[in-house]
Amino acid sequence: MTGPEYAGLDTLALHAGAQPDPTTGARATPIYQTASFTFPDSDYAASLFNLERTGHVYSRLSNPTNAVLEERIAALEGAVGAIATASGQAALHLAITTLMGAGSHIVAASALYGGTHNLLAYTLPRFGIETTFVDTRDPEAFRAAIKDNTRLVFAETVGNPGLDVLDIPAVSAIAHEAGLPLMVDSTFTTPYLLQPLAWGADLIVHSATKFLSGHGIVIGGLLVDGGKFDWDASGKFPTLSEPYAGFHNLVFTEEFGPAAFIARARKEGLRDFGACMSPTTAFHILQGIETLGLRMQRHVDNTREVVQFLQQHAAVESVAYPELDGHPDQALAAKLLPKGCGAVFSFELKGGRQAGIAFVDALNLFSHLANVGDAKSLVIHPASTTHHRMDEAALKAGGISAGTIRLSVGVEQVSDLITDLKLGLRAAEKAAGAAQ
Amino acid sequence: MKLTIGGDSVYCYTNSRDIAGDRDSIVFVHGSGMDHTVWTLFARHFARHGRNVIAVDLPGHGRSTGSPKASIEDMSDWIIDVLDELAIERAAIVGHSLGSLVALDCAARHAARVRAIALVGTTAPMPVSDAILDAAAANAPAAFNLLTQYGYSKRHLYGGNSNPGMWMVGSSLRLLERSAPGVLFADMQACNNYQQGLTNAARVQCPVRVVMGDGDRLTPLRGAGPLLNALPEPQVTVIKGAGHTVMVEAPNELLNALKDTL
Repeated sequence: MTGPEYAGLDTLALHAGAQPDPTTGARATPIYQTASFTFPDSDYAASLFNLERTGHVYSRLSNPTNAVLEERIAALEGAVGAIATASGQAALHLAITTLMGAGSHIVAASALYGGTHNLLAYTLPRFGIETTFVDTRDPEAFRAAIKDNTRLVFAETVGNPGLDVLDIPAVSAIAHEAGLPLMVDSTFTTPYLLQPLAWGADLIVHSATKFLSGHGIVIGGLLVDGGKFDWDASGKFPTLSEPYAGFHNLVFTEEFGPAAFIARARKEGLRDFGACMSPTTAFHILQGIETLGLRMQRHVDNTREVVQFLQQHAAVESVAYPELDGHPDQALAAKLLPKGCGAVFSFELKGGRQAGIAFVDALNLFSHLANVGDAKSLVIHPASTTHHRMDEAALKAGGISAGTIRLSVGVEQVSDLITDLKLGLRAAEKAAGAAQ
Repeated sequence: MKLTIGGDSVYCYTNSRDIAGDRDSIVFVHGSGMDHTVWTLFARHFARHGRNVIAVDLPGHGRSTGSPKASIEDMSDWIIDVLDELAIERAAIVGHSLGSLVALDCAARHAARVRAIALVGTTAPMPVSDAILDAAAANAPAAFNLLTQYGYSKRHLYGGNSNPGMWMVGSSLRLLERSAPGVLFADMQACNNYQQGLTNAARVQCPVRVVMGDGDRLTPLRGAGPLLNALPEPQVTVIKGAGHTVMVEAPNELLNALKDTL
């Protein structure tokens, strides 16, 4: 017995967090393009600064348009709250700096977006935060890598770009046994395909630039707090469970209970690092989320047809999509991702690097660029672009080779996509033949 | 602040301040399955304005140990124990839902210790549906879901939180999920069994503020009539659009109403 049903995801995608504008009656969420907000009197101002009243002070800290977006993603994920940030990278940085400082350690899956890998492998060590990378598909490797100073376990729900599906129940259980939260990057899956909190994750980051926004027009990120992790019981997170001198010795777990993490992230990290989202960006992402369910289903439907086409083509060496027979995560994907495994996947061309270059250059409808999750179909060659800073060993650990092609399948008419892919494959075959 | 009462550890949120004997005091009592955090905004405000604030975790709730009290009267007596422990002679008591019955009972049976009460989301009697009681008895998730769903006005089930970025439905659900097995059932039974509300309301002599949401679906406004009639000259504030969880749905409006009384 679970009780009454809450509003469905498609309904929340349209309505959660928004009410008609109380001043004008505007039905759409207005863009509150303002840096600051007036105070009716001095005591009211003091009460806002002292966390006695709810409201807005300065748009670096909060903004009414952003607040609708934040509440909406929290509703879609079944969370307690969220923060909109300048980018997905900003959301990841905000989460990490809220949880830990110099001398801390992260255990992360090796199959990661290149930008995330850069942050964890090269940038954060300069600030005293080290990361151990482990095989995404080996939960016990996460356990083995946890150290006394570990403060976070992190992975993508579907690893970039090889589509390693994270066993969230298993890895979250391992993290929780060690008194650690599991944070996942759910950019590729969105709450339409997967709700990570329901499977045991504690925190979520999104690059809202991708499928949530859906049209490739803005850069934005979202940090989501599930509110289930017991920071006090863990005893490893003094930023949350001990007095904070930066806010009159406020103890976040004491005053905000399940919302301690997201409260600290806003009161400190957003305030001090300042990687906030523009209200206009929030508006665009809200428009995207309104049609999330429609778009994601079309993305998945198109992807399944494209995958089937590629799998049967003579120029293709292999296709990595978790729904396919032989994919190592097929059973796990069926359990965690019954609606589909998303619209970003990789495949290997026969003929390696030259075939890959010829393929990409021959396409017309697929846009060659460094992004995913656009309504328009996209293509990229990871080894020379998004992952170019990684050495051969790191590339291999991430499931990438010189001939890997990554597609982000859009919502066009799928027959047109397949026609375009045929052009690319013909060029790839010629290039492969010439190379021989 | 931690106290010890009857061998159990009692947690009181005081805004990290000591209790000063020369200041007015306000005790905040949470509702069923909840804890002191529902009062954080309000306690911070009154603390800054020079009051002693004591937002309790009832026994077995939040950071307080022990078993939940079986009756509203027991909780009321326990509040007096807290005042005794803190050497507070008189205090205003603010209560939400179950907490409102505790405040009412305190004002009636311990009149000398209570200078004012504020009842938020209240009615008396406060019957609890069999569906909620049964689910709470079974420690089933349905109990949390039912209370969360009916705890908000219909419009607020879709959000619109004035607290930026917070999904109020999710926040309430997580707080209820933190309650130990049996706690919610004990609270629900205490509400359901408290039959002295109207009699006690007539005995209240201190100032009374009643704050209700016009979209309250657990203690509906129309059901509060007998209590409002029984109370001597209550000051009533009805907040448009709010449901039962007024502290979350309309915190600024609730603070305005409380300031007029406390």
